[in-house]
Amino acid sequence: MTRKFTTVTGVAAPLMLDDVNTDLIIPIEHCVSTPRAQFGKVAFEAIRYRSDGTDNPDFILNQASYRGTPILMVGANFGCGSSREPAVWALDQMGIRTIIARSFGDIFYANCLRNGLLPIALPHAPYDTLAALASGEEPVTLTIDLERCTIVAPGDTKIPFDIDTSRRQALLEGLDQLSQTLLSLTDIATFQKQDRLNRPWVWQTVPERPRSLATPSADKQDR
Amino acid sequence: MTGQPQTLLDRLWSQHVVKRLSAAEDLIHVDRFFLHDLSGTIAIPDLRKRGLSMVSPELNFAVTDHAVSTAVGRENHVDAKSRKYVFEMRDLMRDAGLRHFDIGDADQGIVHVIGPELGLTLPGTTFLCTDSHTCTHGALGALAWGVGQTDALHILATQTIVQGKPRSMRIRLDGKLPPAVFAKDVILAVIGRFGAGAGTGYAVEFAGPAVHAMLIEERLTLCNMAVELGSKTGIIAPDDVTIEYLHKRPYAPADSLWDDAVVAWRDLRTDDEANFDRDLTMDLSTLRPQVTWGTSVDQVQPIDGRVPDPDAIAETKTRTAMTDALRYMDLQPNQSLDGLPVQHVFIGSCTNGRISDLKIAADIVRGRKVAAGVRAWVVPGSSSVKRLAEREGLDRVFKDAGFEWRESGCSMCSAVNGDVVARGERSISTTNRNFVGRQGPGSRTHLASPAVAAASALTGFITDPRKLNS
Repeated sequence: MTRKFTTVTGVAAPLMLDDVNTDLIIPIEHCVSTPRAQFGKVAFEAIRYRSDGTDNPDFILNQASYRGTPILMVGANFGCGSSREPAVWALDQMGIRTIIARSFGDIFYANCLRNGLLPIALPHAPYDTLAALASGEEPVTLTIDLERCTIVAPGDTKIPFDIDTSRRQALLEGLDQLSQTLLSLTDIATFQKQDRLNRPWVWQTVPERPRSLATPSADKQDR
Repeated sequence: MTGQPQTLLDRLWSQHVVKRLSAAEDLIHVDRFFLHDLSGTIAIPDLRKRGLSMVSPELNFAVTDHAVSTAVGRENHVDAKSRKYVFEMRDLMRDAGLRHFDIGDADQGIVHVIGPELGLTLPGTTFLCTDSHTCTHGALGALAWGVGQTDALHILATQTIVQGKPRSMRIRLDGKLPPAVFAKDVILAVIGRFGAGAGTGYAVEFAGPAVHAMLIEERLTLCNMAVELGSKTGIIAPDDVTIEYLHKRPYAPADSLWDDAVVAWRDLRTDDEANFDRDLTMDLSTLRPQVTWGTSVDQVQPIDGRVPDPDAIAETKTRTAMTDALRYMDLQPNQSLDGLPVQHVFIGSCTNGRISDLKIAADIVRGRKVAAGVRAWVVPGSSSVKRLAEREGLDRVFKDAGFEWRESGCSMCSAVNGDVVARGERSISTTNRNFVGRQGPGSRTHLASPAVAAASALTGFITDPRKLNS
């Protein structure tokens, strides 16, 4: 089971950058050298802290009104780059439960769902409306209602969002995907049995030939 | 042909659907799955913790490439930091019974180099790995993409992944590449033209005469960076070049199985009448060598171009991003890239660590010397590439010039193995990402082709290979 996601309320922290990559969310050296429980502390390190280790006041989540909020409002192509799931673990540990973007890196999007975080990709017009609201002088409180697939903004402004029904259900119920798929092992076995007949070469994974010093057709690769 | 016209993506996808789960998601069979040292050391213990076993261990493989040093003699000098990723990985993979391409193994190398080279990557297969550059394998007509750690466990335990079918995009490349311009320049220019997020949500089919004129190693470079366009994967329909490349590779099918496979692979193409959600074209006949100037791959210019001026950009978000990138890279608006001093030259990685890349670089370096004050490395993409290069004397060419000739691995591309660029120093690199801190905290990376990297090593500044006296 992962955590259930039903509704989340908080201010929307505007981190209005495009193409934020997962290296920026968590650099590789932390993925291997920092204990997993500490990932939240090193998230966004390069823009969150100054070189002396103190908080960078320009970083939105360091500002009093936004610190600890569960809602992050970002630009396009958020979470692009490396497939590292620690990027999602780090955001989760910071308390982020939902990220509203123009678009997401595909692998990051999948990793969010696997960890009970709700990634919301909005079309141009509603995105621009919400981005303008979130970027204003005053912090804006939003309620993300996954039951109704609606973002509720002040003044009873309601912005609908799209999410696939099965993904929505999994988040609402906190379903663990693996447990679900394990119920389909018979279907998988049936597929594999047929596939061995259809594409037997796929299943031949013991080397057919001893390896040679040089791979045979590499020489033809001369430009 | 019956029914609706199909794209290559349609064909690849439908052959792997075990079960439809919803309007947006399918349970997709995984034909090949690779763990590497960073993910394998988590995934196998995860599997044990859940008390699960693998459905099809024969379809899963492992390699040590990311966290291992590329220093010569590394087998005998594993430092404290890498111990886990060398020894623990070795024990885990042995106990799990996976074919593990370990350091010291003649077939070890970067996963995206050894998959194709061993014939483990086959047209029409789904090829997944816990690495975003898995899209590389699409060059052979495989449907290949990177996954996270939770999905790694899911694949080991079920040999499937829950996945939404991406939208389809075609990028048609026309025209003949000019001399000294390579596949790396093509993909950098494509990303520069369309943007780092242009492919988000799409699978990109690279098509057109310029693509099919490319050799497989060039196609691998092209597809390798599809993820830098934001797309889940890049794919190229298999053709005669693909089939010739795979013939007699160690893991490729043999005899009658080969003949049957080839018949099936010939069907893996896009119908003439098929429609794409997005269809783009680009002509390559006037393309120039490309170099990135910023911290996103789409911040790229022709080598004889100038760094852009943020003040000329009206849109705030783009202007701010540019200003931040220039500050990080220590560059001024309108500065020329050609002539910018570099302290590091890196030739290698899953983008440009194959034999053809090393030959291009060696042809430029031969009989010349690396400039004083430049640390220049060649890191072959696999142990097999290294042996082949040594057989042809390329190692001597590089060493005589003053390059370091190293063991294969991810090296300065993952920069999690001791191979790093020092803070504030500048590198010209044949890798795939120029992100903040990518080659080490505070490092400044310019992405380019092996030709540009080799030429720059000789002069000590970013150099157009077309301008070197031959």
